[in-house]
Amino acid sequence: MEVNLSKIKAYGDTLNDGAVQLSFTLPVPAGDEAKEAARQLAVKMGFEAPAVTEMSDLGAGFTFFVLYGKCSHTVDYSAIKIPKRQQEIMSFGEVNELIKQELGRKVVVVAACTGSDAHTVGIDAIINMKGYLGEYGLERYPEMEAYNLGSQVPNAELLAKAVELGADAVLVSQVVTQKNIHLENLTELVELAEAEGLRDKILLICGGPRISHELAIELGYDAGFGSGTMPNHVASYIAAELIRRGKKDK
Amino acid sequence: MQNKLNLDQVKVDFARDTAGKIAENLHSWIGDYTTTTIERAAARLLGIDGVDKGGIPLANVMVDKLLEADMLDQGLVPWLAKAVASREESPQDIAEALVEGKLEVSSVPDIPSEKWREIAETLAEEAASKIRTTREKREQIKKKAAPPNKPLLYVIVATGNVYEDALQAKAAALQGADIVAVIRHTGQSLLDYVPYGPTSEGFGGTYATQENFRIVRRALDEAGEETGRYIQLVNYASGLCMPEISVMGAIERLDMMLNDAMYGILFRDINMKRTFIDQHFSRMVNAYAGIIINTGEDNYLTTADAYEQGHTVLASQFINEQLGLRSGLKEEQLGLGHAFEIDPAREDGLLMEIAQAQLCRELFPNSPLKYMPPTKHVTGDIFKTYLVNGMFNLVSVLTGQEIQLLGMLTEAIHTPFISDRYLSIANGQYIFNNARNIGEELFFKDGGRIQSRADKLLNDACAMLKEIEKIGLEAAMEKGFFADIKRSSEGGKGSSGVIKKHEQYYNPFIDIFMNNSVTVGEGLS
Repeated sequence: MEVNLSKIKAYGDTLNDGAVQLSFTLPVPAGDEAKEAARQLAVKMGFEAPAVTEMSDLGAGFTFFVLYGKCSHTVDYSAIKIPKRQQEIMSFGEVNELIKQELGRKVVVVAACTGSDAHTVGIDAIINMKGYLGEYGLERYPEMEAYNLGSQVPNAELLAKAVELGADAVLVSQVVTQKNIHLENLTELVELAEAEGLRDKILLICGGPRISHELAIELGYDAGFGSGTMPNHVASYIAAELIRRGKKDK
Repeated sequence: MQNKLNLDQVKVDFARDTAGKIAENLHSWIGDYTTTTIERAAARLLGIDGVDKGGIPLANVMVDKLLEADMLDQGLVPWLAKAVASREESPQDIAEALVEGKLEVSSVPDIPSEKWREIAETLAEEAASKIRTTREKREQIKKKAAPPNKPLLYVIVATGNVYEDALQAKAAALQGADIVAVIRHTGQSLLDYVPYGPTSEGFGGTYATQENFRIVRRALDEAGEETGRYIQLVNYASGLCMPEISVMGAIERLDMMLNDAMYGILFRDINMKRTFIDQHFSRMVNAYAGIIINTGEDNYLTTADAYEQGHTVLASQFINEQLGLRSGLKEEQLGLGHAFEIDPAREDGLLMEIAQAQLCRELFPNSPLKYMPPTKHVTGDIFKTYLVNGMFNLVSVLTGQEIQLLGMLTEAIHTPFISDRYLSIANGQYIFNNARNIGEELFFKDGGRIQSRADKLLNDACAMLKEIEKIGLEAAMEKGFFADIKRSSEGGKGSSGVIKKHEQYYNPFIDIFMNNSVTVGEGLS
């Protein structure tokens, strides 16, 4: 079986069969017309011979569909370049040792859930003493001074606090992503930091279940952390990046 | 209720008695205080509605002016009753005159207390009678409707736009949902006023406003009529305006309210004193309106580990029960919360879930338990989540849970799509029907894994309650006993709204609401 990496297709049970499952809802009542509409929509999405395998009446004039089809599109896998954090993950002990040896001072981290977001589960797992799944949070790192400002912190207040505390890094958590509120909010923080002339002085880091490193870079952050991130992943990055930037002194 | 867990009744009684003492300790001071939102709730009960030109609710304007005049410690009602007496106008007219600057707080003449009290009592009785009528209306519609199967199917809508919410709520009801909750805008808990009118912009949910309550209520009544059922509506009497939202719910015939005694302190960093005082009045309103409250113990397990901290859920349920009863709620109104949150990778984790759920059932036999779905260990793998939700539903029907908040296969991805909700209802209907009487057929091995786990949970809960009783609930929360979150007794938001009552303090609703309800301890097993 030879995969042509410049033209990959979805795989069902035979190479290049393009098999894809999908499901969606249409705002029309269930019936033959609805089924045909679903099929036609799949054709427009690039599916060859789509089959509607399930149609369910959702009531109030909505219908849910499950479909299978063969997606005709291909992707050039060999041309894909994703920016990655060039960072090996260190343990709690290794990070503290590195900071002690290389920076010789405490690293200050300020964190918050910003905007209207009240979901602190993520930022608490990274910052709070207890951490997550047995991995200590940054508050516990003897070589760090971590401040968790909690939820619904306005961007301006977060930056003011960062200046007051002399932060090396600012961590922003965004959980609610409805209507892309998180993107607006994250962009606003970058713009504020630039306007205040702080952008180059502080590592700006964002995190959340729908955040990727790639997205973070695009928004103007230094790094982004998605789901599955542990406190030491963030700590490793902060310590190594500060050293890389020669931030022995503030 | 069959005793399948071979529980030691002495321990059960100890836990309940100890929680009762913890609640008594709080009640030794709660009654000495009122808050700005309790006084605003009284204003709303007396019919004060609407906002000024700047969008500030009239109830806030009146309370703020009384606070400025240093009169709020006597309560809002005495001043308002005096104003009604001297101007011969309705409370709403007086509020409007105050806003428009046509009336000053200080210009209302003092009159003999018999006179204003009589007016206050009449106005309060009118308000209370409206709530009773709404309650009776609910009972009547329910009586005519087909009785729902249990566990009840509970889903959420969270579009941020009340008109979309109403549409999705109706669709969910037509699909078979028994209960629909409109998730609230994430920021509302920290607003010290209740927004006004219909709203179409909110993130993570929709603002709780009286008009929004009315809009979704109407949609669910329509769906109920179409299907011959009664669809229950849920919102959140929580945050800085807990008592006011209870009043709005009582007026607009909500059926359930998320209304926890400690949630705001732990998860929204609201001041402890404020929360304990507010929850008492808020629950009185719910009790009188026949509303079932949902408590929030499930939230502990999203920050703390469900296997290690299962007993904290029980301890908190006992405390919520005892506080609830002291606010006039009946056991049948206590939707005590818990959750299916043990890591699905754990060997025999399902047995541990069964133990906890069965234990809740046996400890609170008359209360409609609110069972929350897995969220913590749920990822974007919708296929796995759908299966885990099926296991959750199976445990629920096996252990006789009552209010089943259905898990969404897209939990951790986005707020539910209309199809996600449909699939969750289909999952629940399939399992509840397919295993309807499983609880009557399956028993647990004497001294086996399930009984042993339940025994350990109860022992740990007893020890925890004993410790809390020793140091007091406030100190326990300072030490992080719940959800691993520490809150200082003086810190948090909203403390400036706490007011020590004057010896002349008067609020007729406290007597009306409390005298209607069962006395504390009645009906306890």
